[in-house]
Amino acid sequence: MAQVQIREELPEGLKQELMPKHIAVILDGNRRWAKERGLSVQSGHRAGSRVMKALACLSSRWGIEVLSLFAFSTENWRRSKEEVDFLMSLFEEVIQTYEDEFTGSNIRISVIGDKSKLPESLQKMIASAEESTRGNTGLHLLIAINYSGRYDIMQASTSIARKVKDGVVKVEDINETLFEKELETNCVEFPNPDLLIRTSGEQRISNFYLWQLAYTEVFFAKKNLPDLEEEDFIEALTSFQKRERRFGGNKYTINQSII
Amino acid sequence: MENKIDSYAGSLVASLVSHMRRLLFRVLSTGAIPNHMAFILDGNRRYAKKRNLGEGMGHRAGFLALMSLMKYCYELGVKYVTIYAFSIDNFKRRPEEVQYIMDLMLEKIEGLLKEESIVNQYGVRVYFVGNLNLLNTPVREAAEKAMKATENNNKSILLICVAYTSTDEIAHAAKEAIEEKWGQIQESSKANGAQNGEISQEKHEGHQTIKLADIERHLYMGVAPDPDILVRTSGETRLSNFLLWQTSTCLLYSPKALWPEIGLRHLVWAVLNFQRIHPYLEKRRKQV
Repeated sequence: MAQVQIREELPEGLKQELMPKHIAVILDGNRRWAKERGLSVQSGHRAGSRVMKALACLSSRWGIEVLSLFAFSTENWRRSKEEVDFLMSLFEEVIQTYEDEFTGSNIRISVIGDKSKLPESLQKMIASAEESTRGNTGLHLLIAINYSGRYDIMQASTSIARKVKDGVVKVEDINETLFEKELETNCVEFPNPDLLIRTSGEQRISNFYLWQLAYTEVFFAKKNLPDLEEEDFIEALTSFQKRERRFGGNKYTINQSII
Repeated sequence: MENKIDSYAGSLVASLVSHMRRLLFRVLSTGAIPNHMAFILDGNRRYAKKRNLGEGMGHRAGFLALMSLMKYCYELGVKYVTIYAFSIDNFKRRPEEVQYIMDLMLEKIEGLLKEESIVNQYGVRVYFVGNLNLLNTPVREAAEKAMKATENNNKSILLICVAYTSTDEIAHAAKEAIEEKWGQIQESSKANGAQNGEISQEKHEGHQTIKLADIERHLYMGVAPDPDILVRTSGETRLSNFLLWQTSTCLLYSPKALWPEIGLRHLVWAVLNFQRIHPYLEKRRKQV
């Protein structure tokens, strides 16, 4: 599908042909940021949500095809009821804003994760935003709420099991290609991130995408999410563009790699 | 006479170094020690190029580094060590390189079974993890022999991932789990053939769901707990389709050193970082 929007010129040092197609971000450090400043956890999350929007806008302007944001993990339910309730209402606010403001930027919104466990009002908001931005052809923004890599692999397995039971798929046909099509990232053209950025300095994946990160370049940003600025995003992209990706082969096989 | 003094001095130094290392490990052991460490052995070919050696020499140097590192890990008290020896993707390389690596693996697997090898010294049980049917017969048979020969060892465990990728492992585990469930459903259908249709339907629904435990049971790596630290050498920070399922909460460490250059200092640094986040991760684990 041809890109309709006009791409902004990239900052100096970044090459257009080396830009990642899909960037994923683990949004970490809101609470630490708030604690450092003696602010409430809610303030931290709100500040973090502003950066989420900025990342989406930058990605859209620079012609990124897919941006995944890890907003809420299946493991985050263990936080206090107060914090979880706040986050659910913050997500409603955020998605409403995106629905209103992103149509002009041709951004499409999808939410991945187990939506059935979310408050009804949030589910309705999500359905509305997904519907109204469905025709947009620019950046595809994936917001992961109540998502985890293991959850995604399990739901794919369950879906395939159901298809086997219904006779749609034969057991002997189950392979990596078939499996990948069942993951929730099947809604985007480029399901596997080229670059993963994790804020707050922690060096782990924390059960975000698992299958999809097989060949992803990982960049650990030391700053907490609310402190992340455009120059940090550029630093991550610059680091990405310098990397030599071999996909298990070597210099001679790079051109033949199809991932 | 001089040679005798040299070798005496040499063994004195070696003994001193070993002593200091044990002291260092005792200090480290005042904190938590990782139960399972995994390594992506990257940089052998770059090392060979750097030192103007033949490419094969890089892999051999890598093997020596592996032996040292295993020794340090087991001395420190790390029970499980997993290494990414050969990916399914690596079959894409030039046939000569692939053949060289297969021959080297055969040589080294046979070496592992010798009396004086590290496997016997540290009571190591060896597992070969991956889609072993993709290996040539001599290597596969040697691997199976090594697994059989060490099956009674229980002090430490070495998992060698060969003909492995994580996506292959997961798809394979899902396929096996579904096949097993499907077999159970078909059997229960036959058994319930004469019963009330509604009851059979409910039983069907219950049996059909694939659970997490079903998948985990069929993973090649199911014989070990999840790693605590994943180390990838040569400065690249990517997972390269290794242990994707198992490293979801694991500490990732990517030193710039090429694999043959890996040493004690890297292990110590990794463990210190592990000790820093361990209390937080333990607390979270208990909350589940």
